[in-house]
Amino acid sequence: MPKGTGWRFSLIGIFVLLSFLYLIPTLVTKLPSWWGGLLPKDKIHLGLDLQGGTHLVMEVDTQKAVEGSLDLVATDLEDTLSSKNLHFKHISRNGSDKVSLLLYEKGTAEAVQKLIKDKYPGYEQSPTFDDGGFVGFTLRINEKDAQDRKDKAVQQALETIRNRIDQFGVSEPTIQREGINHIVVQLPGIKDPQRAIELIGRTARLEFRMVREDITPSSATIPDDAEILKEKSVDRTTGAVSEIPIVVQKKSMITGDLLTDAQVRIDSQFNQPYVAIEFNSLGAKLFDQVTAANVGKRFAIVLDSNIHSAPVIRERISGGSAQISGSFTEKSAADLAIVLRAGALPAPVNIIQNVTVGPSLGQDSINKGLFAGMVGVLLVIVFMAVYYRLCGMVANLGMILNVIYLMGALAALGATLTLPGIAAIVLLIGMSVDSNVIIFERIREELKLGKSPKAALDAGYDKAFLTIMDSHITTLITAAVLFQFGTGPVKGFAVSLSLGVLINLFTSLIGTKVTFDLFMQKGSVKKMSI
Amino acid sequence: MELLGKTNIDFIGKRNISFVISSIISIIGIIGIIQIGRGAANMGIDFSGGTSMQLKFSKPISIADARSALHKNGIAKADLQEIKDGNKLLVKMAGAAVGKPSEMVQTAFKKEFVDNPFTVESSTEIGPSIGDKLRKDTLIAVALSLMGIILYIAWRFDFKFGIGATIATMHDVLAMIAVFFLLNKEINLLFITALLTIAGYSLTDTVVVFDRIRENLHKNLKGAMHNIFNGSINEVLSRTIITSLTTFLAASALFIFGGEVIHDFSLALLIGIGVGTYSSVFVASPIVVILENRALAKQAETA
Repeated sequence: MPKGTGWRFSLIGIFVLLSFLYLIPTLVTKLPSWWGGLLPKDKIHLGLDLQGGTHLVMEVDTQKAVEGSLDLVATDLEDTLSSKNLHFKHISRNGSDKVSLLLYEKGTAEAVQKLIKDKYPGYEQSPTFDDGGFVGFTLRINEKDAQDRKDKAVQQALETIRNRIDQFGVSEPTIQREGINHIVVQLPGIKDPQRAIELIGRTARLEFRMVREDITPSSATIPDDAEILKEKSVDRTTGAVSEIPIVVQKKSMITGDLLTDAQVRIDSQFNQPYVAIEFNSLGAKLFDQVTAANVGKRFAIVLDSNIHSAPVIRERISGGSAQISGSFTEKSAADLAIVLRAGALPAPVNIIQNVTVGPSLGQDSINKGLFAGMVGVLLVIVFMAVYYRLCGMVANLGMILNVIYLMGALAALGATLTLPGIAAIVLLIGMSVDSNVIIFERIREELKLGKSPKAALDAGYDKAFLTIMDSHITTLITAAVLFQFGTGPVKGFAVSLSLGVLINLFTSLIGTKVTFDLFMQKGSVKKMSI
Repeated sequence: MELLGKTNIDFIGKRNISFVISSIISIIGIIGIIQIGRGAANMGIDFSGGTSMQLKFSKPISIADARSALHKNGIAKADLQEIKDGNKLLVKMAGAAVGKPSEMVQTAFKKEFVDNPFTVESSTEIGPSIGDKLRKDTLIAVALSLMGIILYIAWRFDFKFGIGATIATMHDVLAMIAVFFLLNKEINLLFITALLTIAGYSLTDTVVVFDRIRENLHKNLKGAMHNIFNGSINEVLSRTIITSLTTFLAASALFIFGGEVIHDFSLALLIGIGVGTYSSVFVASPIVVILENRALAKQAETA
């Protein structure tokens, strides 16, 4: 064997072995039990465009989270001041970052300000001012706290969504935070995307509020502490949806935060599904107190500002369990149970991007992409064999090495293969013989100048080297930019392209050269088949 | 086998013709870019925001029927397109909010075509804020990759070659936009991907030609620029054509067999590969000749 051929052949061989080793988890559906330890387990994942599935980008309305916590502060102040016998006229959230208080006299106002300073040190208080004979002042949440609250809201939303998806049962979902307030969710192979989207995007804020029977919904003036919400009811026989307005207290007695469990049960009498809920000890105590104090009155079960049902409290309910009934199908009851178990989102989310690909289209894309790839390989192989004969076959060998290495590298990185990614591989098949074309043409020229095959070969490789480097680097520059800026399918394209270009440098400059060197050494080659 | 024997074509001499052709193509391309900027071109919803759905019906369906069904149910603005194989219909609605439109289309079709059930093969809904971000990112991406290429070429060759290569690359990008604009094909993220890929790839041919020109310039300092350039291009003509041909073969396999999702993408690649070859011979080289001649004239003046 000629000098320097050995290590190059070994390198090629090692890379081929490595590629196959890394490809095994991709090619074998179930790995044998002894496959473990240091052996690779990553495989080439199929992108959503190939296996079907849903890609969602959601925007968390973080401002709402800040407003929600200000609402809580307002409610808490109402309770605290009442319990301390500090009389106030009005406390409520004002705009997006303030809570306004209105009191009867200066003395109480000062006491309240002192109390707030101890209890909520993070808030800035305005000086008191006169407001039509009353004393008013405002609290303002400081910028940093508001930012923290927003950040936490996105984090919580992420956790809640992860919880819901886990309970819904999706294999290999991806749930990631992106940027300041975006959450990206990928659900591969999902069968019923619409249902999943509704499940994920729902705020699911559960509240129990008292119905204000003393006010009719049609009356012109609704007091400050009440609001009109609607109860949707579906007629079982006609399927017609009607909305009944009901006046309820703004303040909720109990909220969904106090739940420990929610399960679907079937009502034995009407064969109707309902959701059974369990409160934690605090919730159970509250529920016990509220029901005891309000026997004979109605309370409304409110979910995301819609009244689910408004039953009459028949008796005191202790023990901390209750049920939510209504016009459920089995699926909608199951989904409600999931969202109640996983908890409410801290702020509403808006879906700003939804890409869904059905499984049949994905399979179709794989088939067509693979077929196009085969045809591409075949066309190039035939062309090279006809045009450059034996040398063309060496180039073809390099191209096939290229494809094997590329697949191995994709598997080793656990990369995601998308349809544009397949396109990149097909394109690379064409590009990978380019380098050899440049070299071969050079060799032909050198042969025409009367050089011996060996000399022509070496000159061809030497002189073509820089040209090949240049052309590869320019492609690599654009691939890198595409990788940086692309999302989803485009990123897949960039990964395949840049890996392919790098591998191609190796196969064309080392892979095919060493094959030629071996031929040349075998005997004194008089004529080149080029 | 040899495709071309020894050729002796006066490429540089034909520069007036080629410059006219290339200028026309480039102007159309620039008009295309302006229209894209104004949102007047056929923009994909990844840039404009909106909803796009691919529906597969169980029986053939005419576009006219589908349109009237949508009209009846209050969807006035929808772009409908038939996909030849398998009763498929593409529905595109620009600039609408996420969620609602897709549902409305499905209810409308369910109601109007009771005996022709369909499945949603794919649906893409993109909110306007994402479209804006993507447009910005894309502009940055295109600018960055062109910059990167220019810098690299300017570093590897001298400045005049850098200018030639840059103009040729821009010419290729403009030509692809021009063709897509004239054919009213959708400008989407995949098209931009093809654009950037070609921006990198088309330089292969230019580099091959430039390398040879540089080599011959070093060997022969006395011959006329015109002849050295022509000779160099003729010497490497067959490899310029064959490197493009192999990639062209692979891309045409994608174009013919790759399916509708990447059909336009592969078309863009095919156009780009063709134009890239043309520009390395007819655009990049003549520009360098002009620049070199001008530099020589200046030298003569000062001497």
